[in-house]
Amino acid sequence: MSTATARRRNQVLLRWVVLGVVGLLFFLPLLSMYQFATRISSQNPSKWDAFRAIANDPQLTAAIKTSLELCALTAVGMLVLLLPTMVWVRLKVPWATRLVEFLCLLPLTIPAIVIVVGITNVQSWVYYLVTDGPLSLTFPYIILVLPYCYRALDAGLSSIDVITLSEAARSLGASWFTVITRVIMPNITSAVLSAAFLAVALVLGEFTFASLLLFENLQVVIAALGLTNAPVSVAVSLASLAFAAVLLFLLSFVGGRRQGREAV
Amino acid sequence: MSQSHSTTTSVEVRLDGLTRTFGSVRALDGLDLTIAPGELVALLGPSGCGKTTALRILAGLDDATSGQVLVDGRDVSQIPASKRDMGMVFQAYSLFPHMTTRQNVEFGLKLRKVDSGKRRERAMEMLQLVGLETQSERYAHQLSGGQQQRVALARALAFEPSVLLLDEPLSALDAKVRAQLRDEIRRVQLEVGTTTLFVTHDQEEALAMADRVGVMRAGKLEQIAPPEELYSAPTTQFVAEFVGLTNRLDASVSGGVARVAGTDLPTLEGSLTEGRGTALVRPESIHITASGSDRSAGSGRVVTASFLGAISRLRVELDDSTTLVAQVPRTSVAAIAPGDRVDVVLDPIPVLVVKD
Repeated sequence: MSTATARRRNQVLLRWVVLGVVGLLFFLPLLSMYQFATRISSQNPSKWDAFRAIANDPQLTAAIKTSLELCALTAVGMLVLLLPTMVWVRLKVPWATRLVEFLCLLPLTIPAIVIVVGITNVQSWVYYLVTDGPLSLTFPYIILVLPYCYRALDAGLSSIDVITLSEAARSLGASWFTVITRVIMPNITSAVLSAAFLAVALVLGEFTFASLLLFENLQVVIAALGLTNAPVSVAVSLASLAFAAVLLFLLSFVGGRRQGREAV
Repeated sequence: MSQSHSTTTSVEVRLDGLTRTFGSVRALDGLDLTIAPGELVALLGPSGCGKTTALRILAGLDDATSGQVLVDGRDVSQIPASKRDMGMVFQAYSLFPHMTTRQNVEFGLKLRKVDSGKRRERAMEMLQLVGLETQSERYAHQLSGGQQQRVALARALAFEPSVLLLDEPLSALDAKVRAQLRDEIRRVQLEVGTTTLFVTHDQEEALAMADRVGVMRAGKLEQIAPPEELYSAPTTQFVAEFVGLTNRLDASVSGGVARVAGTDLPTLEGSLTEGRGTALVRPESIHITASGSDRSAGSGRVVTASFLGAISRLRVELDDSTTLVAQVPRTSVAAIAPGDRVDVVLDPIPVLVVKD
């Protein structure tokens, strides 16, 4: 056997070992959660009781509904705020790119608890002017997801010639709204979906903001349930992880189909 | 072609005292330019001379610091790019990657709410005009660079703009495709009759395509004239040296006649009227013959001879140590080699003589 073939075989073996270890680290907690949630006990007389309880607990369903609404509002709000800003910066004030990047990445460096304390006064205006319900969390959540979504959108915008495409569209008679919705967005669909997915995943898993601002979202209720009915709490966590995984799958599927069509 | 591609009535374009400053840099310095209806004017000049800035201001993609843009007598300076009704072809490939060729051409019509049947018909007509009707369902990445620029031209003309703007559309293409597309753009422009401003740094393109060529320098028009006039009768040293090859030869001027390399030549308007100066002489107006064949000529020794196909370019060192470049038909100098002594005669055509 030649040295090159042996090296290639070792590389393949190493790849599988790494994949196996990572897979184990990923799936072992999930399997444990599944095992715990389906274990028959005094609280769960039958195997699927914990999962069935999700639909029967009004506090939990309300929290799921709130979290899903927050996911949608945060994803849309983030895109409406970030995408036109990033396009505008590239077109009109490229010198401000670093500044905008710095501002977007800032929430990453500040602990969530500090952000909450800092925005409490601003939030009181949101309660006064917009809503004092849990959906008011949309505003701090948009700030929370900025660093991750900025990176995803930045990668997408860097892959196309934003300036030339925008100017071409403008010269053909397109308004700025048309430029963004019909020229820029369709060419960075994967990046937009990635950003939206990240926003959804982050909001689904968010606990600190909601807890400190005294609202009940999914994670706050899961934490509370963990004190009284641990199997249901774990079942909900598992279900939300499965939901995130389905979203990820859909994202890959849509992105993959798009690439396939373009490669015709 | 039997189909008619005529656009809306051609309009006059006027740039009036356009100035554009970027910080302390003056990209445009009071540019005045009038383009007649249906005319193709090329703006030619070195990088940074302001030609692209002028085009972008006309397109509405940049704002002038001062001055006016008038289209058909109407001031459009405050009108946004999307409402100026100008088609533009860019230097970079600008087709929308997520649309097919046909959808790209239809884009401007769709924004003008033309119904889908007419849109499709017009798009196919324009693709036929640029010879790409068979590629209508292809995406940009499936087309060559030349094809993409032809589609961009079709797209820019599809909605019948009042003005066509070409921002170095050929500079990203290889030489052969460039020459083909150059002729094609001119053919299409003549066919549709749209008033056109073409920006390039390639003098060959400008001279081959334009009705008039404007040479720009430091934000100003140095000279604007039909290509032949610009080439044969430059009014400034910069134009003479920027357009085509030029020899700088010692000259003495007296009574409107310049003595250059042993030949008396009439002088162009704007030349030195008396005394010693530098004559700017085109290489093709210099004749080279074997030594001794013409006693009235200057003489020198061939330093290098370059074969350029139909012509040869000879570098000759005259007896007074001046070096000149001559461009002559290959057949007339077939027997001349580097090191040979030759006679040098200049065509008796007017030359520009400038102060040293």
